[in-house]
Amino acid sequence: MDLATFLVQCLNSIQFGLLLFLVASGLTLIFGIMGIINLAHGSFYMIGAYMAYGLAPVVAGSVGGGFFTTLAFGLLLSVVVGYLLEWAFFSYLYDREHLQQVLMTYGLILVFDELRSIVVGDDVHGVAPPAWLAGSIPLGELMSYPVYRLFISAVCIALAIGMYFVFTRTRLGMMIRAGSSNREMVQSLGIDIKILYRFVFAAGVALAALAGMIAAPVSSVYPGMGDQVLIICFVVVVIGGIGSVRGALLAALLIGAVDTFGKVLLPGAAGVLIYVLMAAILLWKPAGLFRAG
Amino acid sequence: MTTSRPAIVLCLAAVAGLALYPLFASDFGVDLTTKILIYAILALSLELLVGQTGLVCFGQAAFFGIAAYATVRFSPEYAAAAVWWLLPAAVAAAALFALLMGALSLRTRGVYFIMVTLAFSQMAYYVIHDTPVGGGTDGIYLNVLPSVPIGPTQLLDLGDPLQFYYVALGAVVACFGLLALVLRSRFGRALAGMRANEQRMRATGFPTYPYQLAAFVLSGAIAGVAGFLFAVKDGFVNPELLSWHLSGAALVMIILGGLGHLRGAVLGAFALSLLEELFQSRELVGGFADHWHLGLGASIIACVAFLPRGLIGLPQMLRARPGGDSR
Repeated sequence: MDLATFLVQCLNSIQFGLLLFLVASGLTLIFGIMGIINLAHGSFYMIGAYMAYGLAPVVAGSVGGGFFTTLAFGLLLSVVVGYLLEWAFFSYLYDREHLQQVLMTYGLILVFDELRSIVVGDDVHGVAPPAWLAGSIPLGELMSYPVYRLFISAVCIALAIGMYFVFTRTRLGMMIRAGSSNREMVQSLGIDIKILYRFVFAAGVALAALAGMIAAPVSSVYPGMGDQVLIICFVVVVIGGIGSVRGALLAALLIGAVDTFGKVLLPGAAGVLIYVLMAAILLWKPAGLFRAG
Repeated sequence: MTTSRPAIVLCLAAVAGLALYPLFASDFGVDLTTKILIYAILALSLELLVGQTGLVCFGQAAFFGIAAYATVRFSPEYAAAAVWWLLPAAVAAAALFALLMGALSLRTRGVYFIMVTLAFSQMAYYVIHDTPVGGGTDGIYLNVLPSVPIGPTQLLDLGDPLQFYYVALGAVVACFGLLALVLRSRFGRALAGMRANEQRMRATGFPTYPYQLAAFVLSGAIAGVAGFLFAVKDGFVNPELLSWHLSGAALVMIILGGLGHLRGAVLGAFALSLLEELFQSRELVGGFADHWHLGLGASIIACVAFLPRGLIGLPQMLRARPGGDSR
């Protein structure tokens, strides 16, 4: 592997890792703070990608505007959907056993998949990146790197910093963290934890949908994309330590690197590598790299 | 374990009904029920871990698939293998993998345990999927079905759907009986104790690790029986037998049926498979059959909302509030 290839693969692995982080951070929030195992999280990623494809002509026709206007509408829509879902389904699950949550969210996956199939069909679609991000930067003599992938990484990094800031530096973040350690106490201090959690859930959904939307031009849009990302994200969340956003970031970058370089160096064993990594880490540290604090 | 008299009568009636079923059923009905019976064994094996021992395993399909692949790989290419050694060999392969997986996974607990078992089953999946051992994505055929010889004569013809149906039914009854006995033993009581409070059991002097490992291996072996039957039924295996989708479906079966009861596992296997068939049948639901996941998903959600204890809790709920909605 020469230097340019190595560099391209490094950038690829970072971009993939950051994208995983975006999906996994929503999962770890819902999981760690609200105590809900949400198997339907991958569906939100899939729905996001289909929104990038399906909303674009609607948005262009009604208000005008391109990729970013679509992105804004998609985000708004996913927050609303997340809010309604929490109200209609998830708010009944807090006192139930984890396995009941698994069953319910499994049912939701089936429903979302089929609704998607009814509304937009089962075809694979491509989504074009906006024109000014469509070029690529030359690296060395033969290689080049698409600008859009750099854009994905930049968005993810900005969001990671934003999340860190909200959690550690704001009153809202403080309330959320307090709620995760003692629900009743926070409620008795006069904070409406129900509404708070409803918005946390909506934010988690929006993060997954956003990841799907910005990934759509790179990965294309296809029906099974949610399932695939779901399992990898659970791996990320568990390696990082449940509920730890910092752990999720580190684990996502680790998985991104192992998966990307695995495909280049050991193509035969690429699929199995991340699971070997997870098993090894959990046998070494049975509660993930970072215990949630 | 306290099993009420009506429950025992009901179980016996169900077995009798299933034994008489082929007299009235179509070929399709017999084939479908055979498949469900095999899934019921898989669900029973998982119930031992999840419902009775409190260990949520998300990799049950690995044992199922490994036994199915072992059945095909151990069979000679142009001759029939005798069931007497092929079945134990396939089950041993699954149990051996369960021993390895359990020995390592049992170091973790809770959600981490779920994920480690998933990791090991995914490793098995990729080994079968990507290496020559498994014959690749397309799967492999079992050229000659195993024979059931007693001296020079053949006891059964496993290729005959009707005879195979009764073999599957017998296997379900045998696995159910075995598990019922195990759960009534001192060993089973210890498992129930660990599900309720592991710390206290350890304080009482029970080494929890070997007990849980034994339950894990037993569960893997029973899932292996199901895998063996599946391979013989279809004469074909593919990597999807080890996929996490099947592990998930097995979990859905036992939760749907009702955790904590062996009957629940069998009930759940029937309920899930029949719901699938119902929403897929064009005669009953018309064009909606193209979108059968929607109906299945909605029914599962409805079950969670209205039947928190699973299908097995249904009669009790109806008795508790005949008519009125108290809570």
